[in-house]
Amino acid sequence: MQLAKYMQGDVTVIALDGRLDSGTAARVQQDLDALIPEGAPVLLDLSRLSYMSSAGLRVLLLVYRQAHDSGARIALAAVPHDAYEIMAATGFLDFFTVADSVTGGVAALTA
Amino acid sequence: MSGMHVRPMLERIDAYPNQWISGFGVRAGRPLPFGATIVPGGINFSVYSNNATAMTLVLFRRGESRPMAEIPFPPAFRIGGVFAMTVFGLDAETIEYGYRAYGPYDPAEGHHFDPGRILADPYAKLIGGREEWGAARTAPDAEVYRSGVAGDDFDWESDRPLNLPAEDLVIYELHVRGFTKDPSSGVTAPGTFAGLVEKIPYLRELGVNCVELMPVFEFDECDNARSDPTTGRPLYNYWGYNPLGFFAPKASYASTGRHGMQVDEFKSLVKHLHLAGIEVVLDVVFNHTGEGNERGRTVSFRGLDNSTYYMLTPEGYHYNFSGTGNTLNCNHPVVRGFILDCLRYWATEFHIDGFRFDLAAVLGRAPDGSLLSNPPLLESLAHDPVLRDCKLIAEAWDAAGLYQVGAFPDYCRWAEWNGRYRDSIRRFLKGDLGMVGELATRMAGSADLYLRRGPAASINFVTAHDGFTLRDLVSYNDKHNENNGEDNKDGDNANNSWNCGHEGPSDDPEVSALRDRQVRNALLILLTSHGVPMLVAGDEMGRTQRGNNNAYCHDGPLSWIDWSLVDKNADLLRFARCAIALRRSHRALRRDRHVAETPPEGLFPALSWHGVHAWMPDWASYSRLLAAMFYADDDGRHDCVYVAANAYWEGQTLELPALPDGLAWHLFADTAAAAPHDVHEPGREPPLADQARAHVGPRGVLVLVAHPVPTKS
Repeated sequence: MQLAKYMQGDVTVIALDGRLDSGTAARVQQDLDALIPEGAPVLLDLSRLSYMSSAGLRVLLLVYRQAHDSGARIALAAVPHDAYEIMAATGFLDFFTVADSVTGGVAALTA
Repeated sequence: MSGMHVRPMLERIDAYPNQWISGFGVRAGRPLPFGATIVPGGINFSVYSNNATAMTLVLFRRGESRPMAEIPFPPAFRIGGVFAMTVFGLDAETIEYGYRAYGPYDPAEGHHFDPGRILADPYAKLIGGREEWGAARTAPDAEVYRSGVAGDDFDWESDRPLNLPAEDLVIYELHVRGFTKDPSSGVTAPGTFAGLVEKIPYLRELGVNCVELMPVFEFDECDNARSDPTTGRPLYNYWGYNPLGFFAPKASYASTGRHGMQVDEFKSLVKHLHLAGIEVVLDVVFNHTGEGNERGRTVSFRGLDNSTYYMLTPEGYHYNFSGTGNTLNCNHPVVRGFILDCLRYWATEFHIDGFRFDLAAVLGRAPDGSLLSNPPLLESLAHDPVLRDCKLIAEAWDAAGLYQVGAFPDYCRWAEWNGRYRDSIRRFLKGDLGMVGELATRMAGSADLYLRRGPAASINFVTAHDGFTLRDLVSYNDKHNENNGEDNKDGDNANNSWNCGHEGPSDDPEVSALRDRQVRNALLILLTSHGVPMLVAGDEMGRTQRGNNNAYCHDGPLSWIDWSLVDKNADLLRFARCAIALRRSHRALRRDRHVAETPPEGLFPALSWHGVHAWMPDWASYSRLLAAMFYADDDGRHDCVYVAANAYWEGQTLELPALPDGLAWHLFADTAAAAPHDVHEPGREPPLADQARAHVGPRGVLVLVAHPVPTKS
């Protein structure tokens, strides 16, 4: 799993590339912790997420909780179909603002 | 991102292995809790058997058929009959496990140990290899009953069990798969927990506030050797009354089951239902397991400790009080603990609001099958602090002829499926003589059976999953179970049904009209009676099973909900919605105590009986008419509902009880009227022109409510 961070205006965009499962979850969580700025809006670009397991769902929810606690807005962009279905069925989707694309996500976070 | 300032946790000093077996770091485990538990650094495995001499943990990588490791429990890791070991470095998400149990093979003594078998953990929170419904028919057991480890973290936010007063419930019994599997459901994940979430708006609109889910514990849907004689297609064990994993939600009921996320998906379902104000009751089957008799398969219990888990004859054969080949030894102290652990798990981990116990009379039997006067299991469940607020509902009979309706060991805590209610209402409706007194007793909350416990102990129903649908109850005299492959010998013969003049589908407008009326009559009586009404999913939209009264084996259109009925029978659905809304808007219909125990509240008695003449019910054996007037003083508002039920084939004119000045009778429902005039929205009922008299139609039910007379300006 590779993470890449870049800015779109005031929004910090972090792209996740690869599998988010029990093998990568702990490290991804640590890395996200370092990449996500306090109090500023964050968009997770999931377009290159190849697989998300139960541990992966938990990483996303932990990131959401931490962002929420710091007063930051967080959104997901370009959630792949399978991951989207999993998140919908397990209720994890309910927590997030979801956009089709990075552009849409940035717009949602800066609206 | 470090908004939280939490002092780092000190690591545990037992988070490391202290010996190595088969390449894995291990240490002596914790015997409690039983099952597989994620602990720092690894997974704690604990399994008990009072008769095993040794045990081996078998580990698999998910999806692989051969074990990745076998780790025998060292003798020092055993405390009493419990084998406990912590294994380090395992990924809970990608491993599966099972056990080999060593011990005597001596069926006469009740022992069936066979270390050649890999057994499922009775406490398994996930069961792997069964993620696709029906696919297990050809797979060997060794590949389809893998135990899995589930995390217990879920973000419930502020959710908790709703704890609705029992007398306020309207229960809706449904089958998770059948509810949305039909393409007409239009949901994105048909036949699953997630699919059911998409139908919550329908349930809200219908007005029910409790769903009773037919078995959701892992079971083998392919456990049926028969075929449909007309189609030749294999039959199923579709209902699921053959549990194999009591702690595991059925994987194929989750759209995410193939990812092992059925626990999260089921929790999400409960959370969404609670948000909609709907309680969740699980139909639980603790009277037997899906392992069958001594010739049946061994998946878990038989191989781990046959003589503990099952009631055995002195010769070592299975007692069969359940009608399925075996009987769980539920009053054995160990099994009692197992059942208690299981229910506490569902109540705490899944926020379940209540449980309906299948063939619960079995739960009152001793290990030798004899009847206990004070069954320890039932007493434990009644007084358990964790389960204190859970509804406990008994199906108070078993397959060996024990019938305990009204006499179930209840500890003032248990409610019952009131089979007497079902039989009596059916007999009254089809016009049997001598039923008027019986109708009164049942509508009044069956005080003859439940006076001490209160009316909410009576789960009233006219139909249940087991038997005819409501539409079929008025369309068939006899069961038509030929497709079940048993020459129509299976299923109940005592249906108390009446086909209204023609067996099966009919184009005769008179027959159709009478059937429509009878269905509405049943709904009105059910939803006005004291006690807790239960509907079966689909009855509100006229679902048929084409006369099959035991559709347990059909996975298809016969047993699935056809959602096109919502439009096709829109009038009936509207009627059912209004009848549910009537109940929910009248406290007089939802008493928590029987009327004999209710102090007078003012205008009228809490329940009074009437006939052709007000205040003069006709209790004679030839009478087929009875009117009930329910009354409550609801915070100064006169809450008054008059229900006249006429099972005679001619209409009758009724003298109405006189209301005091300022109140007038309004027409809620008249089943003899054509839709949409058969029912009115509660609160919008039109006043009766004649306040002294009303007409109840032939085989009809009339419901009136008292509202204040509109003040003229």
